Amino acid sequence: MADAVSIALLYPELLGTYGDGGNATVLAQRLRWRGTPVEVVDVTAGEPVPDSCQVYLMGGGEDGPQALAVRELKAGGALNRAVDAGAAVLAVCAGYQILGREFLGPDGRPHEGLGLLDCSTTRGEGPRRVGELVATPDDSLGIPDLTGYENHAGVTTLGAGARPLGRVVVGRGNDSGNGTEGIVSGRVVGTYLHGPVLARNPALADLILSWVVGPLDLVDDEDVDVLRRERMAAARRPNPIAATRRWGRRHISG
Amino acid sequence: MADMQLPVRTRVAALAGRMVAEVSRRAGAGGGSVIGGRVTLAIDPRALELMASGHQVALVSGTNGKTTTTRLLAAALATRGPVSSNSAGANLLPGLVSALSWEKPGAMVALEVDEGLLATAIGTIHPAVVVLLNLSRDQLDRIGEVRLHAEGWRRTLEKATGTSVAANVDDPLVVWAAGASQQVIWVGTGQRWRSDAAACPNCGSRIRWSAAPGDGTAVHWACTGCPLARPEPALWLDGDDLVCADGRRFPIRLRLPGWCNRANATMAAAGVVALGIDAGSAVGAMADVGAVSGRYEVVSVDDVSVRLLLAKNPAGWAETLDLIRPPPIPVVVGINARVADGRDPSWLWDVPFERLRGRLVVATGDRGRDLAVRLRYAEVEHTFMPTYREAVQAAGGAEVDLAANYTSFQDARTALAGHRQRPAGVLRG
Repeated sequence: MADAVSIALLYPELLGTYGDGGNATVLAQRLRWRGTPVEVVDVTAGEPVPDSCQVYLMGGGEDGPQALAVRELKAGGALNRAVDAGAAVLAVCAGYQILGREFLGPDGRPHEGLGLLDCSTTRGEGPRRVGELVATPDDSLGIPDLTGYENHAGVTTLGAGARPLGRVVVGRGNDSGNGTEGIVSGRVVGTYLHGPVLARNPALADLILSWVVGPLDLVDDEDVDVLRRERMAAARRPNPIAATRRWGRRHISG
Repeated sequence: MADMQLPVRTRVAALAGRMVAEVSRRAGAGGGSVIGGRVTLAIDPRALELMASGHQVALVSGTNGKTTTTRLLAAALATRGPVSSNSAGANLLPGLVSALSWEKPGAMVALEVDEGLLATAIGTIHPAVVVLLNLSRDQLDRIGEVRLHAEGWRRTLEKATGTSVAANVDDPLVVWAAGASQQVIWVGTGQRWRSDAAACPNCGSRIRWSAAPGDGTAVHWACTGCPLARPEPALWLDGDDLVCADGRRFPIRLRLPGWCNRANATMAAAGVVALGIDAGSAVGAMADVGAVSGRYEVVSVDDVSVRLLLAKNPAGWAETLDLIRPPPIPVVVGINARVADGRDPSWLWDVPFERLRGRLVVATGDRGRDLAVRLRYAEVEHTFMPTYREAVQAAGGAEVDLAANYTSFQDARTALAGHRQRPAGVLRG
């Protein structure tokens, strides 16, 4: 039996606020369904980050936990070593921001990121960017439109030579004025898409897997095909939140 | 007569509110407490403060368990005399006002309060005791509020010198907030959800969780960067028993199922102990509390017996999955993502739906398709149905457990039990 593909889920307790841990479930199951053995390693704060995994996943979180995560990642340097060795990385929202050159810390000041991606994040004007997000991926990726849900205050500006993950069709994405969403650099992907992104975009999941295991057979994606059609249509309808915003505070009883 | 001491304006406001609530109720527009409370507040904006004065008030707040804990606490208070409570779960200002405008003279008061409103409510009502249950992520599109709530609680409790606090030691956010108070009864619930407490609310360092020294059951936690740590509880849940630090044990026998409700009972008991009521008689009085606002209610639909379970967020779902009966009993799961639910159902991936393997699960609700994808990856046999009635039929058993999140639960009750509700399900409180 071949060695198991190893997927590291980094700091799910710090960067797991928006269900992005589901990306690990999706990747692992899509490998298992094809008969490829896989192991998922949850790395929590205080533990050393292994540098030998083939895929690294990071999700969204609040400002304080985000700053703690970047301190831990910098201390070991394992993620940078793994990327140099050819590992794939998918980083979402707060995770995406800390892979860049600079991000906004909980003190409201710029902090140095890991520098794996040529981008920097500042706080944007106005309210948080919250809602359905649809983006058309960069042609070179060869995958259909991306769908997900964004929820961020940050605005991310890409470096001059950086390649965006896609162009925004509905929503805000990087929101730095040129209609881009996310970033791709080699095998490192940054995005603002929750959902989780790989649950709603199996073609992106398979693209990332193919980088580390080669070509893949098709699997049954009927459930997600239905969901994708539903969400794409919903994203193009007028935003129902605006109409209900004045009732927007919590109305839930325990 | 407490009423007689109120200013005329307040008494008129309360009367008008009661009348409007009654008209609303008779018109079938719901319980009427929200509209009635709004009318009262419109006539006298100080009504809440004035009507609460002179009463012993217990407030209950937190992300999960507010309604049930308040009901259990009210049952314990009722051993001492009349009780006023917002038992239908209307937990914003109008709901609080409405509960007080129906009060009886000399009544004790048990109110559940929205966690975002608690600081205001403490400052206005000057309660004798506040019960702090837990704080966890609820609506993902409004997540930042969890920490802001804790900060608001902390600031307010620092100044609320006449208020005792019953606080859950197994939730670091709650401990941090309650620590500002001078009079805290620490309560051990054995809460298992800790995904929102990895970073210290006080200093941002990592919180380390470990087995408590000398005790195989309790879990200790301590910040690695500052002195914040799990306090020693004065009262705790041990299996099915409530245990006091002086060694007394009281069996908790509830009609409500599961660990989460025993934890709610423990928190409620601590609240009434702070009011000078004996823990044993408090727990005894909770035994008869049954369905709470439809939770755990059993309805009959076309000869199928359907039990209704509510779970609003990952912490709540982890508990609700424990309560679902074992296979082969089929399960219907309803998921919505309206404003009151949070618009982003990504949290479905934080819920261990893998535990539903071995039976059919019928997905329904506005976002049943998101759930179907989640179930596919969890390798749970599933199907999708667009309505609750069809979902129950498709489940194909004589008995079905139906679990749903907030507005989906309301929709399910309306569809299956003929329960009336206001449209859209966003107006509550």
